[in-house]
Amino acid sequence: MGMAAETQFHVLAVDDSLIDRMLIERLLKTSSFHVTAVDSGSKALKFLGLVEDGKRNEEPPTIALEANQDVEVNLIITDYCMPEMTGYDLLRKIKESESLKDIPVVIMSSENVPSRINRCLEDGADEFFLKPVQQSDVNRLRPHLMKSKVKDEEDHHQISNKRKETEESHSPDKTRTKMEPPKVVNSS
Amino acid sequence: MQNMEVDQMQRQYLDYIKSLFLEGFLDGQFLQLQQLQDENNPDFVVEVVSLFFEDSERLLNDLTFALDQKGIDFKKVDAHVHQLKGSSSSIGAQRVKNCCIAFRNFCEEQNIDECLSCLQQVKQEYCHVKNKLETLIRLEQQIVAAGGSIPTMEFSF
Repeated sequence: MGMAAETQFHVLAVDDSLIDRMLIERLLKTSSFHVTAVDSGSKALKFLGLVEDGKRNEEPPTIALEANQDVEVNLIITDYCMPEMTGYDLLRKIKESESLKDIPVVIMSSENVPSRINRCLEDGADEFFLKPVQQSDVNRLRPHLMKSKVKDEEDHHQISNKRKETEESHSPDKTRTKMEPPKVVNSS
Repeated sequence: MQNMEVDQMQRQYLDYIKSLFLEGFLDGQFLQLQQLQDENNPDFVVEVVSLFFEDSERLLNDLTFALDQKGIDFKKVDAHVHQLKGSSSSIGAQRVKNCCIAFRNFCEEQNIDECLSCLQQVKQEYCHVKNKLETLIRLEQQIVAAGGSIPTMEFSF
């Protein structure tokens, strides 16, 4: 941490729970990420420069990039269960947007529902974290960000299609099973 | 004299926090909170815990109100319990969280009597953990005021 050459990545965190927003923000900051935290999917889309009713951006790609991105967001981490717009809805809107679809998206949920997890991963989520999110989860974010950084230097459309093809079989890691949290063993 | 006092306070603190874990009031998530606190964020735990208190009290009021209605909206009740389960889980308030899990099952069954019973239970558990956390924080503050540092609990797997 704190190496001179290290790029600071900007993470957009979305969660309707204030406590969870505080937590994820702290977790991300200890990993040297720059963080913006919002409390809803619609606020997230607003921040990303996408119009709320999810109209597909109709401008040609190059112009869309400039128009939508005053702020650069390198990763979006969102809660699944939110009123009005779920994390899954948000994921879909991002993936349907020309200018945003290459941003890695991570979904968090307090509920371990395999069908939910699979659906999110199949529809473009890069990771699925079970809450409460741990430092070890946050440590898994950097590879996704590094991957995106490399992609940014090439043509967006072609590369993102190639990536979808190679990632058809999900590694066991992605179906997130809860690993041992730092639990106290009742020994004395 | 000063050092002996701090030592004693630190031991008292460690004994107390250990008991909270042994008795299941707190789980490992609370340790995670503590680990996120540092010199740059010295009040992190207190802030999150205070938020938890506010949140919980509001939710418990909402639950009481919702279950007091003639036609109970179980979806609403479940939504409140889901929130409470989330926040208690996030700070490591294990017993409250476990109460919420049971509570949600009864919401699904739309069992009024059991829901009311769960509400009582979760209120009790909340009161317990609130007292414990307030005591814990007070012990921490005493140590810091006496010039000592808050010891980290060591545990073995």
